[in-house]
Amino acid sequence: MKEIKNMTCIGCPMSCPLQLTIVDGEIEEITGYSCKKGEEYARQEYTAPRRMVSTTVACSGGLWPRVPVKTAESIPKETVLAVVRELHRYKVKAPVQVGQIILENVAGTGVAVVATRSLPGSKSEGQETI
Amino acid sequence: MYDVIIIGGGVVGCALARELSRYNLHLALLEKEVEVGFGTSKTNSGIIHAGHHSSAGTLKGKFEWAGNQMWDDLAKDLKFGFRRIGELLIARQTEDLQYLQDLKKQGESRGVTGLELWDPKRLQKEEPNLSHTILQALHAPTAGVINPYEACFGLIECACQNGVELFCAHPVQSIKAVESGFLIHTQQQDFQSRIVLNVAGVYADRVAAMVGADNFKISPRKGEEYMLDRRLQGIVTHLIFPTPTATSKGVLIIPTVDGPIMVGPTAEDVDDREDFTTSFSGAAKVFASVQEYCPAISDRDTITEFAGLRAVADSNDFVIEGSSVRGFYNIAGIQSPGLTAAPAIATYVTEMLRADGIALTEKERWKADIDGPPRFSQMTPTERKAAILEDPAYGRIVCRCESVTEAEVLYAIQHGARTLDGVKFRVRAGMGRCQGGFCTTRIMDLLVQHLDVPLTTISKRGQGSEVCIPRRDQILAEDEV
Amino acid sequence: MNNPLKKQYDVVIVGGGPAGLAAALGARKSGAENILIIEREVEAGGILNQCIHSGFGLHYFKEELTGPEYAERFVAHALSENITMLTDSYVIDISPALQVAVLSGRHGYLNVQARAVVLAMGCRERTRGAIRTPGFRPAGVMTAGLAQKMVNMKGVLPGRKIAILGSGDIGLIMARRLALEGCEVVSVYEIFPYSNGLTRNVVQCLDDFDIPLQLSATVAFIHGRDRVNRLTIAPVDAQRLPDLNKSWDVDCDTLLFSIGLIPENELSTKLRLHMDPATGGPQVNSTLETSLPGVFACGNVLHVHDIVDFVSEESLRAGQFAADLALGRRRPGDNIALQKGANIASCVPHSLSPDREQVIYLRVKQPMKNCILSIGDRYQKKFRMLIPAEMIRLTLAPEVLDRYFGDNLKIEVRPQEVE
Repeated sequence: MKEIKNMTCIGCPMSCPLQLTIVDGEIEEITGYSCKKGEEYARQEYTAPRRMVSTTVACSGGLWPRVPVKTAESIPKETVLAVVRELHRYKVKAPVQVGQIILENVAGTGVAVVATRSLPGSKSEGQETI
Repeated sequence: MYDVIIIGGGVVGCALARELSRYNLHLALLEKEVEVGFGTSKTNSGIIHAGHHSSAGTLKGKFEWAGNQMWDDLAKDLKFGFRRIGELLIARQTEDLQYLQDLKKQGESRGVTGLELWDPKRLQKEEPNLSHTILQALHAPTAGVINPYEACFGLIECACQNGVELFCAHPVQSIKAVESGFLIHTQQQDFQSRIVLNVAGVYADRVAAMVGADNFKISPRKGEEYMLDRRLQGIVTHLIFPTPTATSKGVLIIPTVDGPIMVGPTAEDVDDREDFTTSFSGAAKVFASVQEYCPAISDRDTITEFAGLRAVADSNDFVIEGSSVRGFYNIAGIQSPGLTAAPAIATYVTEMLRADGIALTEKERWKADIDGPPRFSQMTPTERKAAILEDPAYGRIVCRCESVTEAEVLYAIQHGARTLDGVKFRVRAGMGRCQGGFCTTRIMDLLVQHLDVPLTTISKRGQGSEVCIPRRDQILAEDEV
Repeated sequence: MNNPLKKQYDVVIVGGGPAGLAAALGARKSGAENILIIEREVEAGGILNQCIHSGFGLHYFKEELTGPEYAERFVAHALSENITMLTDSYVIDISPALQVAVLSGRHGYLNVQARAVVLAMGCRERTRGAIRTPGFRPAGVMTAGLAQKMVNMKGVLPGRKIAILGSGDIGLIMARRLALEGCEVVSVYEIFPYSNGLTRNVVQCLDDFDIPLQLSATVAFIHGRDRVNRLTIAPVDAQRLPDLNKSWDVDCDTLLFSIGLIPENELSTKLRLHMDPATGGPQVNSTLETSLPGVFACGNVLHVHDIVDFVSEESLRAGQFAADLALGRRRPGDNIALQKGANIASCVPHSLSPDREQVIYLRVKQPMKNCILSIGDRYQKKFRMLIPAEMIRLTLAPEVLDRYFGDNLKIEVRPQEVE
């Protein structure tokens, strides 16, 4: 079976319209790119698209009620919603340190989720010096 | 049982409440919105008219000049801004010249002081940014500007401190004439009163109809106004009026009491009494008109716009009278110059009640003034230092654009503000060029802290206008519990 | 580390966002002893604290960070350099003699004397009023940045069913953010015939979540007295005027505006600095000094950047120049005026000096493919594609400039000649 798949390259502002010819699930041809980056992007995006995910997690006792987090590395695109759903059920307590692992192997992806800021307890002076 | 219930907390209702609070009467004011002044009184040009505009032989004419002279004392007592900046009515065509003459004569016959015709030379000296093709202008130094909502807040605060009971978010659903007076039904509770003053603005005919006292019709006339960036502040220093048409005073240039220039209003008869919408055509009309006499003003300087509804009675004049139902009074059709006239209407209605045999004995102790909100932006550096020493909340700026401090926001909350608009119209937080982009969450936090309510209940202007909703997982989590 | 407040500082920096933090580090690098950052929020970091998505730092740190991570690195660095940070404090005035009047939640009314001041107040969002969107004024209408603060910092949502006007990056990022939070994002509308955001964001924020992007369309009417309940959407013509005859209605309860940023220049106007209408910020010379001697500007208060890395780079330099002035190290004055030629919307700085390498930031007016950017007749660079949404950063060697003494130097972008 042959199908045509369209994409827009995200490599640079050129935004080249890419066209992938797919035969039996395999890429037969990629056209439309004007540099090598475009071809690589199309291949990656078709075979195994991945995304970084960032969101917030409930945090009690901190300066703010949520602490921002991200996946330590990109995860398969199809797992994004499951990852977010799991994180939104999760709760942590302040203080939190930037880079601290919040959750290992989130939604079975094998990827950890880390805090992207330090969140001192609401009473502490935090980062201020004066 | 109340002696008098006022239906409607616009500027006329609030002025009546304060005026009647001088006497030994049991008084209440019922307002359908979440705060007073949130209808027509919030959305008008804020002009205290000079006194010469309205025709002789009308109630408008009678109360415009009388009301004008009462605002200095009110502003002083109730601590709101009032500046008599004067008005220039401009003639751009030879046929307008006669109108200026007539208006001058009309004003002088009424006792309006200082009216003067300016030639182009004088006009250019005083207002260099106006079009140089203007033939003549009539200067009326008695005209002024206020923030009408501040007047409402001041009037009602004074009224309440003198014993008036205020019920906001109490829309009147029905009124029944009973032997001892009236039974007024609202969703929350019923009220009984000997006398009812119907000051319900664009809804006055509907309220009157509840007791069959509707010998008039109200049709809303919409006016759109456009507030301009402070960049243009000072571009004109007087109120600028074009020569009017049959339905409207025309599109004005208004140096507001706080400084920024506002342009408007349009005048459009509408059917819907809730039509507070601005439009492409309204904006186009306002800016096309204004640019004819002040070319430097551009629509690109708009920071916000709004629309208000004037309550126009079918007689096209004010309706101020007792009705066919004894004890039920209509004070309706209070369109321009209604704001100017409001305090004069209040004293007139009071005398009307006295004439009808209502016993009006003055209270021994009646307090005419209020403390009024603090205004950090207007303090000198020395005053600022003193204020901060006394209350560190003056050291925290909440609204950057208008330099409003936390102390002022707290004052607003302590004096009845329950919503973002309530804070905004009391102390200007959120009114500047960023339109609340930075300060909204901070004001919400202060409301949450001081009213002890959840963040998601904070609204723009009452129930149904909540600013944010809970997260989905928070709702789910609560469901699980 | 507790620094008592001093009466006098070498460099006072207004704003503790990415620009102010980098300016402080630049000033330290250049030898300034006493450096004070004045920040109005309770913590430094500025708007980065609410930009929890990744995509920051690729130029500056050579790795991809989220906004809070980027901010925290700078804050930590500034603290390790013993830079004084006065948070919850607000600059209300600066005198021509560089006396800075500060309101502080904890310290009351303060005056500090600066030898040099760096303005780093950032920018704010354009609002509904700026484009005069007709209709009611209900709850549920707000800027995308305010919605971002509510969602990411306060942990509440602006609504359930969201429409977004403007396809700038903040609008696109918020579309994804709200989709992840379980909101229904009905559409993003863009009045221009092209998106104003990065292609990466169009793909990863909209396409990934099947959120439609409607180009050449705008909101023609907001319905709902108390809360938004419907929008009228209209296509626009070549002049970007809506065609109401072809309009359609969309149900939603929230409308976010993402229609551009403007420098926050309350203080700059108070100081009567010479402003550049093209950027909305002050005019600056090649040391990023404004028309008021001793007052410098950098970051989004000078001109709105697309990426924070450029803000940091620019602000480091501004801090260095400010310290140079504070410590009495004079540089030769500029002697070349930069002149905008074909297809140049804005450029910063406004004048140059040939005594050292110069950095220029500019934006084009119109998208242009296969074009040549030229500066005078000694500098040319080919670009495959230039778009208004992407700021261009150039460095110029002194050799390019030394012939233009006392002259105007013209920058322009023209299509490549087809051979």
